[in-house]
Amino acid sequence: MSLLFRSRNQGAQQVKISGFRRFVMFWVHNAQQAIASLGELVRYPFASMMTMAVLGLSLTLPATLYVVVKNTDTVGANWQQASEITLFLRKDLSAQEVATFTKRLSLSAAIENVTWIDRDTGLAEFRDASGFGDALNSLSENPLPDVLLVTPAADQRSPAASRQLLASLQQEREVEEARLDVAWLEKFAALIQLVRDGFLALALLLCVSVVLIVGNTIRLNISSKRDEIMVMKLVGATDSYIQRPFMYTGVWYGIVGGLIAWLATAVLIWWLDSAVRNISQLYESQFSLQGLTLNEMMVLWLLAIGLGLLGSYLAVRKHVAAIEPQ
Amino acid sequence: MIKFEQVSKTYPGGFQALNQVSFHVEPGEMVFLTGHSGAGKSTLLRLISMMERPTAGRVMINGHDLRKIGRREIPYVRRDIGMIFQDHRLLMDKTILDNVALPLLIEGYSMQEARKRVSAALEKVGLGDKLRHYPMMLSGGEQQRVGIARAIVNKPPLLLADEPTGNLDPKLSLEIIRLFEDFNRLGTSVLIATHDLGLISRLRYRTLSLKDGRMINDGLAEN
Repeated sequence: MSLLFRSRNQGAQQVKISGFRRFVMFWVHNAQQAIASLGELVRYPFASMMTMAVLGLSLTLPATLYVVVKNTDTVGANWQQASEITLFLRKDLSAQEVATFTKRLSLSAAIENVTWIDRDTGLAEFRDASGFGDALNSLSENPLPDVLLVTPAADQRSPAASRQLLASLQQEREVEEARLDVAWLEKFAALIQLVRDGFLALALLLCVSVVLIVGNTIRLNISSKRDEIMVMKLVGATDSYIQRPFMYTGVWYGIVGGLIAWLATAVLIWWLDSAVRNISQLYESQFSLQGLTLNEMMVLWLLAIGLGLLGSYLAVRKHVAAIEPQ
Repeated sequence: MIKFEQVSKTYPGGFQALNQVSFHVEPGEMVFLTGHSGAGKSTLLRLISMMERPTAGRVMINGHDLRKIGRREIPYVRRDIGMIFQDHRLLMDKTILDNVALPLLIEGYSMQEARKRVSAALEKVGLGDKLRHYPMMLSGGEQQRVGIARAIVNKPPLLLADEPTGNLDPKLSLEIIRLFEDFNRLGTSVLIATHDLGLISRLRYRTLSLKDGRMINDGLAEN
């Protein structure tokens, strides 16, 4: 394209290029520049490896925290008894009435499951477990009421929802008293929320620092190629043409940094998992950490590439334009 | 081709490099620009290649007012101007082929398409066999000729040369000037800045003389 000389049959136009070919060539040039900037990284591996490692390791911490949060969520969901509501029924109900009530409750959408512990079974359990066997024998009648253990449906297990369910159950005619250990549940939820918020804040901070680090590395790359950029500007290169290889460098940083983040996260989770297994064995449960799924790994990778690109974009936008031929 | 109308350039700090300079270089003309160092030769060339903007006055190329060219359009202006420098500004870590192909690649040629034109340009400056060499492997005169090949490889209608013979002995200098004459014969307008008065006087071309930023002579050089 010639700006000053309309009639000048010049440049790419002279080599008759169709729109389609031009489109293809644009991508071919991009691919060439991408490979060229990869070659540049391979030629100076040490400096670029440092930046890639920083990028990867910075993402490892939020990724690991994310895995921890995710697993805490599963643990929370596993502890159904935490939001189990205990209903103490009135003592004057007949067994028939209790059975009907149990049936009615179990049909409610808010309730997943109802277990009926009748008063005699309850007494027998209490006698076995408490050690008050002889004292209980001396009682003339069973002091315990019938008890229903109500497990709320999955969407009713949050502290607020289960509290609401508790209130409505309390209104039932058959119920003497209803109990729910909400306080404990709320503390647990608050703790999870704290970890989640901490994870988000940390992730955000580390992402910002990744952008700054990549930006700074690209800035150094740009200033080390100052002369070359000047010559390119003198022979008519546009800013975007000069910027492209640096942006690809940022993308490569992201690609390799993402791989490093995968690896480091996997190692860290493997390391934590042995400790978690130890704890869960002490609690006699079969729990082990769930690592990143394939989708989550892809998100992590894209995030790394995006951050690399953003960092390099910020650097080139400012510094390539600032270099003027002397 | 190049028209200056009352052009002045004052640098920040108050140094006035050009003072109301006017001249007109016709299409296809070959003109020398001379004056002692600091007279404003480089500034004048920098105004044409848009490395600087004038403080006052108007610079026209082919009837286009450069004041109307935005920052983002400057690269396209430079593609129409072949520039040659005293220090030739070659990329030392690239081969001669890559150096000369640079303007073509920037315009969107593929390397295969560029290679033919690069060979032709290098052939013209007599370095057809040095495609794979690096600039460090060439002599000063050869490096300068590589710089010229890079300037003419996309056949610009206008050539600017800033002290192209500055580091060369008289014989090599004359060879370089003969090259410019060849391009000029093919219709390219050529503007050469030099303080080598001996060279100019032998050639009898139109010569613009600057002194302290003013145009003191426009015509044949006086001895």
